[in-house]
Amino acid sequence: MNRYLERLYNGLVKENPTFVLMLGMCPTLAVSTAAINGIGMGISTTAVLILSNVIISALRKVIPDEVRLPSYIVIVATLVTITELLIEAYLPALYDALGIYIPLIVVNCIILGRAEAYANKNPVGLAAFDGIGMGIGFTAALTAVGLIREFLGAGTAFGFQIIPKSVEPIGIFIKAPGAFLVLAFLIAVLNAAGVKNRGEQLVSGCDGCCAACSKRDCGKEEAE
Amino acid sequence: MSSLVMIIVGCALINNVVLNQFLGICSFLGVSKQMKASASLGAAVIFVLTIASAVASLLYDFVLKPLDLDYMKTIVFILVIAALVQIVEMFLKKTSPALYKALGIYLPLITTNCAVLGVALTNVQDEYNFIESVFAGFGTAVGYTIAIILLAGVRARIDESAIPKPLRGAPVVLLSAALMSIAFMGFGGLS
Repeated sequence: MNRYLERLYNGLVKENPTFVLMLGMCPTLAVSTAAINGIGMGISTTAVLILSNVIISALRKVIPDEVRLPSYIVIVATLVTITELLIEAYLPALYDALGIYIPLIVVNCIILGRAEAYANKNPVGLAAFDGIGMGIGFTAALTAVGLIREFLGAGTAFGFQIIPKSVEPIGIFIKAPGAFLVLAFLIAVLNAAGVKNRGEQLVSGCDGCCAACSKRDCGKEEAE
Repeated sequence: MSSLVMIIVGCALINNVVLNQFLGICSFLGVSKQMKASASLGAAVIFVLTIASAVASLLYDFVLKPLDLDYMKTIVFILVIAALVQIVEMFLKKTSPALYKALGIYLPLITTNCAVLGVALTNVQDEYNFIESVFAGFGTAVGYTIAIILLAGVRARIDESAIPKPLRGAPVVLLSAALMSIAFMGFGGLS
């Protein structure tokens, strides 16, 4: 059982996808204008991540090594399309808020990264827990960024007015630059607290994004 | 004609793909460490994004829409982009070794660059026709290239200055991006 708990801890703290691995930056910055959007995006991504981890882990002996990346992409894209249709049908407000970033879960490196780094080498149960841990870590990070931006930029938290309306909120925080600012200071605070992030290791020449999933390919290309 | 110019300006500056829409952030932060690599990646993105927009637009108008397979667009686009990048890579290797050498290692990375899929999907959402899609793809890629080259320039300076320890690494790069993003908000007046 401990190995399963260890997976959860790993995803939430030790290898937090946003603050430590620095993966999946695009949705983190784009949809974190409000805490509730962060939760919505986090849960959608978590659902896709758990299912893709389980399916890829179950098929790990079936999928030939040479075509594994295209196979993973098809699996993930299918799951994302299902998720998108479900959100469109049952949560139209969230669908409008997240917009194009729902289909873009396909290219969220956390998902392909976990498939390549963990799911295709480990049994189904552990892979599922890895997905849950990473998903919770991602959701927590997105919600934190969203909450800070919403609080500073609109004076609300989860839609409830916290700062009185008479006080003008700092509008820039819910605009594009605010996303960079908040994330920069959050990572700086974690740095000061001694949490090492992998940002420095983002390999030049090898897309930092999918350093986790396409490392092998990159190495090959560079060797040629 | 003026509407096409407006699409390019809109995609490159007003709605800058990186600084305003947050697409392609990972390579933006990762590769901008070196100016030369940034320029090569920018060129590769312009190349691929323009072709990918054209192909995705044709595919959507003549295959997906007539067959009522609209909901399949995410899967189809990502597979087409992946295949396209492979083909472009093989084609370059065969016909233009010099260009391949300059862009080669960046091409496979572009498959996972969310800007490519993002633009293909936005074009469909905005109901752009073929010509407009190509211009939007080109404009977006130009915007990406401008942003990454600017950031690479800023980072070259950052490397030489004394940054407070907690801000070193990712935070200071994100802060630079935030300031660039504020500057790019000024282009909003153009629309």
